[in-house]
Amino acid sequence: MNFRRALGCLTLGFALVAALEPGQALAQEPIKIGTFLSITGPAAFLGDPENKTLELYIEKLNAAGGLIGRKLQLVSYDDAGDAEKARTFAKRLIEQDKVDLIVGGSTTGTTMAVVPLVESAQLPFVSLAGAVVIIEPVKKWVFKTPHTDRMACEKIFIDMQARGASKIALISGAGGFDKSMRAECLTVAKKHQIEVIADETYGAGDTDMTAQLTKIKNTPGVQAVLNAGFGQGPAIVTKNYRQIGMKLPLYQSHGVASKEYIKLAGEAAEGVRLPAAALLVAEALPASDPQKPVVTGYKREYETRFKSEVSTFGGHAYDGLMLAVEAIKRAGSTDKAQVRDALEGLHGYMGTAGVVNMAPSDHMGLDLTAFRMLEVKDGDWVLVR
Amino acid sequence: MSAAFVQYLLTGLTVGAIYALVALGFSIIYNASQVINFAQGEFVMIGGMGAVWLSAAGLPLPLAVVLAVAAATLVGLALEKLAVEPARGAPVVVLIIITIGASIFLRGLATIVWDKKLHVLQPFSGDAPIAVLGATILPQSLWVLGVTLLIVLLLAWFFGRTLLGKAMLATSHNRLAAQLVGVNVRSLLCLSFGLSAALGAVAGVLVAPITLTSYDVGVMLGLKGFAAAILGGMGSGAGAVVGGLVLGIAESMSAGYVSSAYKDVIAFAIMLSVLFFMPSGLLGKRASDRV
Repeated sequence: MNFRRALGCLTLGFALVAALEPGQALAQEPIKIGTFLSITGPAAFLGDPENKTLELYIEKLNAAGGLIGRKLQLVSYDDAGDAEKARTFAKRLIEQDKVDLIVGGSTTGTTMAVVPLVESAQLPFVSLAGAVVIIEPVKKWVFKTPHTDRMACEKIFIDMQARGASKIALISGAGGFDKSMRAECLTVAKKHQIEVIADETYGAGDTDMTAQLTKIKNTPGVQAVLNAGFGQGPAIVTKNYRQIGMKLPLYQSHGVASKEYIKLAGEAAEGVRLPAAALLVAEALPASDPQKPVVTGYKREYETRFKSEVSTFGGHAYDGLMLAVEAIKRAGSTDKAQVRDALEGLHGYMGTAGVVNMAPSDHMGLDLTAFRMLEVKDGDWVLVR
Repeated sequence: MSAAFVQYLLTGLTVGAIYALVALGFSIIYNASQVINFAQGEFVMIGGMGAVWLSAAGLPLPLAVVLAVAAATLVGLALEKLAVEPARGAPVVVLIIITIGASIFLRGLATIVWDKKLHVLQPFSGDAPIAVLGATILPQSLWVLGVTLLIVLLLAWFFGRTLLGKAMLATSHNRLAAQLVGVNVRSLLCLSFGLSAALGAVAGVLVAPITLTSYDVGVMLGLKGFAAAILGGMGSGAGAVVGGLVLGIAESMSAGYVSSAYKDVIAFAIMLSVLFFMPSGLLGKRASDRV
């Protein structure tokens, strides 16, 4: 009887195993993509479109059958622009949620807080933040999709030169990106025959910059003004600029490449120039532009689904996700080291920010052609040419 | 040089007027109950955000402003009835902590009712800058200064010439004596909260077109308004106004002439040095004890 019972159990066991061996997709673990974004708080107009974009495209990818035969799962946290919170959430993503890769970090501050964690956990991390310090010096596991602040400075200086300005004023805020961009601009100014003759700063929560702008106005010889920052500061700087009657060209960084900035600054934003990804003027691109299909496609998807205008920040998230997806496809698995190597080897990938050519010494892969100079006209973006 | 001075002065006056309104709110409540209401900044936020929301919903601007101020007044009254009055017998420190808790609660409520984004309110009479002595001022700044002056005059009349106002002053001088002569101290406390909330909300509405508003503007404005009230002498109405203007101008001048990065440091350093020499503030009552 024991033998019979044992045989019965064995048979039952085999039968169960046979029954629970369905298609690969159901039995396999989903690919976990972790993200920490500034969905609320002062950087909300960066993090909110980023989050929406990630959700939208992971849904689409899953509907199309997933990736390497597995479904994708997004694990998302809101750090509200706080570097401390970002660090806590990243720790949770790595240790508790055990994600395969992270696409996130809306701001430079939150990204830099997380870098030591991903380096020691050896997890690929694609950042969506701007400052050059994220990828320079190159860190093995950290990549980024947006243009750097140094590229913004260079693009702006080239445009300033074209308009005949050589002596300029700088005004920047107190945040990580602001400070980084200010330092970068001061460093590369000489290369473009630009001299910075006034350098003002404002605090994080400041609501009035007329004093700083008055000082700039009274500095003799200033031909153009560059505001390095994002969020509330540039909007108020722009309003104050108009208020005190300054007529010199005003340049902003790509940190305000969103309709929210135009809405907050109102009429004062007319004539302001800034470097941004072609995404903002997708329709105006000539049909021969290699970027056109990608940017118009993303713009259409996003605007149909969320009934609000695209911003370059959502575009960065799209690029980050697609780079990760491409890397996983090429690696054929979610093995972290293989995915990292695949990411580093990506060439000729066309994103919303431009064509990406990664290399061991360049974990961003964009060049200056990826940036277009835009101007605000009648409350909308216009390509400067 | 002097055009720049005028510019800094005008900016300082505008921002100082806002601090003065917030400081007045602190002083009025302090007078009625010795409580420092740290939710004062939140009334400013409710005024600004409420006006933005109502005018975005389609109401004409004047109506949106009036309704927002009324809503903030109701919140102030509710705060008093629900949070402060039940804890009447508790030590003042406990009441202050209750107001801190209320401010955190109101901020959280604001993120649910509205959102965490920045918002701008349409200026009351356009935003074409006006040239004054070589500097420029926005029409909205004129509104701020004008309305603040009007409110200060109204409050002076209220406290100096009406029975109710005099009753509030009497309560601040000696609560027991006021009760003995028949002043209803409890309902005066309620009134003081409502009045302070209205003042804060008016400040919030006036300044929203210039400085943008969001759910957490109350934090910094409340802190600066409190500093201004201390500087001028906590409990003194004139002190609140003087303190607000001095703080605003000090900030603006330091940003202009010294360094924009250190303007907060300098403004608070000035405040600390005044308090060092005059602990009751510029116009505060000199405290004295009978020996």
